[in-house]
Amino acid sequence: MSILVLADLHEGQLAGATAHVIAAAQQIGGDIDVLVAGEGVQAAAEAAAKLDGVSKVRVADNAVYAHQLAEPMGALLVELAGDYTHVLASASTTGKNVLPRLAALKDVSQLSDVIAVDSADTFKRPIYAGNAIATVKSDDVLKVITVRSTGFDAVGEGNSAPVEAVDVVVENSQSSFVKEELAASDRPELGGAKVVISGGRGMGNGENFKLLDGIADKLGAAIGASRAAVDAGFVPNDMQVGQTGKIVAPDLYIAVGISGAIQHLAGMKDSKVIVAINKDDEAPIFQVADYGLVGDLFEILPELESKL
Amino acid sequence: MKVLVAVKRVIDYNVKIRVKADHSDVDLTNVKMAMNPFCEIAVEEAVRLKEKGVATEVVAVTVGPKAAQEQLRTALALGADRAIHIETDERAESLAVAKLLAKVVEEEQPGLVVLGKQAIDTDNNQTGQMLAALTGLPQGTFASEVAVDGEKVHVTREIDGGLQTIALTLPAIVTTDLRLNEPRYAKLPDIMKAKKKPLDVKTPADYGVEVASKVSLLKVESPAERKGGVKVASVDELIDKLKNEAKVL
Ligand SMILES: Cc1cc2nc3c(=O)[nH]c(=O)nc-3n(C[C@H](O)[C@H](O)[C@H](O)COP(=O)(O)OP(=O)(O)OC[C@H]3O[C@@H](n4cnc5c(N)ncnc54)[C@H](O)[C@@H]3O)c2cc1C
Ligand SMILES: Cc1cc2nc3c(=O)[nH]c(=O)nc-3n(C[C@H](O)[C@H](O)[C@H](O)COP(=O)(O)OP(=O)(O)OC[C@H]3O[C@@H](n4cnc5c(N)ncnc54)[C@H](O)[C@@H]3O)c2cc1C
Repeated sequence: MSILVLADLHEGQLAGATAHVIAAAQQIGGDIDVLVAGEGVQAAAEAAAKLDGVSKVRVADNAVYAHQLAEPMGALLVELAGDYTHVLASASTTGKNVLPRLAALKDVSQLSDVIAVDSADTFKRPIYAGNAIATVKSDDVLKVITVRSTGFDAVGEGNSAPVEAVDVVVENSQSSFVKEELAASDRPELGGAKVVISGGRGMGNGENFKLLDGIADKLGAAIGASRAAVDAGFVPNDMQVGQTGKIVAPDLYIAVGISGAIQHLAGMKDSKVIVAINKDDEAPIFQVADYGLVGDLFEILPELESKL
Repeated sequence: MKVLVAVKRVIDYNVKIRVKADHSDVDLTNVKMAMNPFCEIAVEEAVRLKEKGVATEVVAVTVGPKAAQEQLRTALALGADRAIHIETDERAESLAVAKLLAKVVEEEQPGLVVLGKQAIDTDNNQTGQMLAALTGLPQGTFASEVAVDGEKVHVTREIDGGLQTIALTLPAIVTTDLRLNEPRYAKLPDIMKAKKKPLDVKTPADYGVEVASKVSLLKVESPAERKGGVKVASVDELIDKLKNEAKVL
């Protein structure tokens, strides 16, 4: 077996998710190559070469791959996929954008959001917002898979795999990059944080999200939100946790002013310990919370911050 | 410009599903079904493009059993002009749906195809991307803003780090994210009118597409249930439990 892992990049740097995808690849077994594609991505390639389990890193460094637009990335993967039995990517917005194109052009199905590897052709994936887990077997010659990071522990960084250039250059006249507005934050990435504190509609407005800052500072936490909080414009979209936002599974998840809709639970119910702070003692979030505190968040949050 | 919208019949988003006792699948008998929420957003966007004079005709298409015509009628009530039902009782997965939609694109030659970013039953998030690859058209996925501007469409996408705007040549494929628009509700007179709008019924065989896939569903299980824990009475008790019982602080 031979596996190609598409590296996930964040502003040109290697994103944490890649180490989780390699862990999934190790469970499948066989040689694991990592493809780093973008513009000015040598540093990301070197970071990928350090990841345990990697046989070699292949770098496609060219302006046509800048911002990892779907059309050139899909075409590049089609060129390379012939050498492999499996192509994996993280179930990030990049993986989800690019991989189905490879699958369609190779006339194979894609398995999305895989959370467990049963064997080289059989995998588990959540369906219906995580309310059911399907075991699916693929008889396709090429398995195209996106991996949910929370299903696999990241591999370590003791390796020094060879790095080689890929000289495939494709054309793209159909799509072009215009601009990006990325949220700047010194906090850990939502997907990789050990502690996440999220606010919902109960926060009332965007200004009040500052009440979470001090606590997040003390706990080294990432800050998340419910869809209602994002829709209301309290916080930007990249903070949404849930079925259609980010999936997190930290050691500690603190839900503040969030009712606990199934779509929100889908994004956080695999957290080790869940704390809920809500003034409604009937809120469904308490059905999944290990520790529930009923009360007004505007009183509880300042007290919690001062006592931590 | 013609706009094609793909809509999928799925379980209503409020319903909590149950797994069948024999673990063969989820139990959908007598469960309330509805249009996939992301597809409602897709229909709304297409109808708004028509209201703005950018689109001249909105065509809705679905692949699914006879009952999926309900969702096409909903699309027609919301403002689509006509509908195409590709009828099949087989489990059509993303690749087969994309192949069928590619045939419809070939036939209808739309300037824009709008799909949901994901169906809330299988949560695959694939069909639009596959359709783009098969038709050789560019894609703007997870759209929170779509602006048609002459020969191009600008699509603002919700990505992990924030927002990204790209420009695509037309025709193009767009998949919708939650914040693209807020879908309207169908009014009663429109629901009545929708019953008279044209709805063509086809089969996958008409398009020469094989629906069967190489992926088999071996088993469906319930996830490990999470039990509710305890209520604590104060912030002090919470901190104590997190430190000494859960040991996460
Ligand atoms: C297709 C689809 C996809 C979706 N995807 C997602 C998703 O990815 N993520 C997501 O989160 N949602 C998602 N949703 C939305 C979801 O169904 C809920 O609407 C949403 O999660 C509700 O957010 P909330 O809990 O913040 O708001 P609400 O349900 O309004 O809850 C607010 C809570 O705050 C509490 N509260 C209010 N004031 C205070 C106070 N002063 N002190 C303490 N508590 C207070 C209230 O008691 C209440 O429980 C999706 C919905 C659909 C249809
Ligand atoms: C293992 C497995 C189990 C399955 N189990 C079931 C099951 O229990 N019940 C069942 O009904 N189906 C089942 N299916 C089929 C599945 O529900 C979908 O029809 C298929 O996978 C395509 O939708 P998606 O979720 O992949 O689409 P996504 O890629 O998530 O959907 C994105 C968008 O594509 C468009 N789209 C998707 N499907 C259609 C369609 N049929 N017609 C028109 N537009 C569409 C919509 O605009 C939608 O918003 C199963 C498939 C697999 C692989």
